[in-house]
Amino acid sequence: MSAAIEIPYNSTERPDTGLYNAKLGVWLFLASEVMLFGALFSTYVLLRTGADTWPSGAQTLNVPLATFNTFILIGSSVTMVMSWASLQMKSFARFRLFLGLTLLCGLIFLVAKGFEYHEHIMKGELPSYSTFFAIYFVMTGLHGLHVIGGLIVNGYLWGPGAKMWRTDPARFTNRIEVAGLYWHFVDLVWIFLFPTLYLLPGK
Amino acid sequence: MSAHAAESAHKQTRIYRIIGAVLFAATGATVAAAEWHHLGITLGIFVAVFIATFKGSLVAGYFMHLFTERQAIHWVLMLTAFFFVAMIGLIMWTHRDQQGQPHGIFTTSPPAAQPHSE
Repeated sequence: MSAAIEIPYNSTERPDTGLYNAKLGVWLFLASEVMLFGALFSTYVLLRTGADTWPSGAQTLNVPLATFNTFILIGSSVTMVMSWASLQMKSFARFRLFLGLTLLCGLIFLVAKGFEYHEHIMKGELPSYSTFFAIYFVMTGLHGLHVIGGLIVNGYLWGPGAKMWRTDPARFTNRIEVAGLYWHFVDLVWIFLFPTLYLLPGK
Repeated sequence: MSAHAAESAHKQTRIYRIIGAVLFAATGATVAAAEWHHLGITLGIFVAVFIATFKGSLVAGYFMHLFTERQAIHWVLMLTAFFFVAMIGLIMWTHRDQQGQPHGIFTTSPPAAQPHSE
């Protein structure tokens, strides 16, 4: 019978980096995500500047709905960081409330995005319609997939994963911090997507 | 949790609420700037990217704790920033397109086609 091996630095910091494992891991993952979205943003810049004409985002896309979604996503970032701060203050009930609100905001974002996609699809504005709509669907679609990924992780931590709070509260707090880093990154991407896709004038 | 740590956490939550309010206001400013057509295209793009960068800095700095984060994270991000700038820069400062024509981003209009001399 083999003894269980404990992985070190799950909740304590490594002496060399000063970070616990998951935090270093998620930052390396986010660095790769920066390059992924960076490649798409540079593709967008290249396509836009190389085209003779380009539609105005404000006239082509639903700006009020996207503005609403921006407020929702920023609000979700605030509630996410508040959920982590609640755990630091040992208030599990407040953590549940704030993470629940984060989940709700994420769902509202996806529903609004669904309405936006539906509107374009009904008008025949599919990715094949124009280069603008191809890049619009790719960038917002990939961002939407990231939101779904975040909701799955946060949903697990809100529900069954929250049991860890009783057995190892320090590690659970770290898990929430790491999930929060990812969620804030998703918010960060939207902060740049919103003006560049929806608000820039055409040519 | 010590009284000092609890006080520090309370201070943090106050800061998070203030940052959230600033982010909401900056989003309103972005939309207002886009509606204000007197800015022109170039200035409009500059304002939009400037406000987005400001908002992004607040999210990364406060919500992702980058302002107080360990040096190891800063090194990882500096390396990422280098490759990101290199990737964007290679495109921005391209002077010729796939056909060898000078159609870089900073070339305002393509040159007139040269007549073929037989």
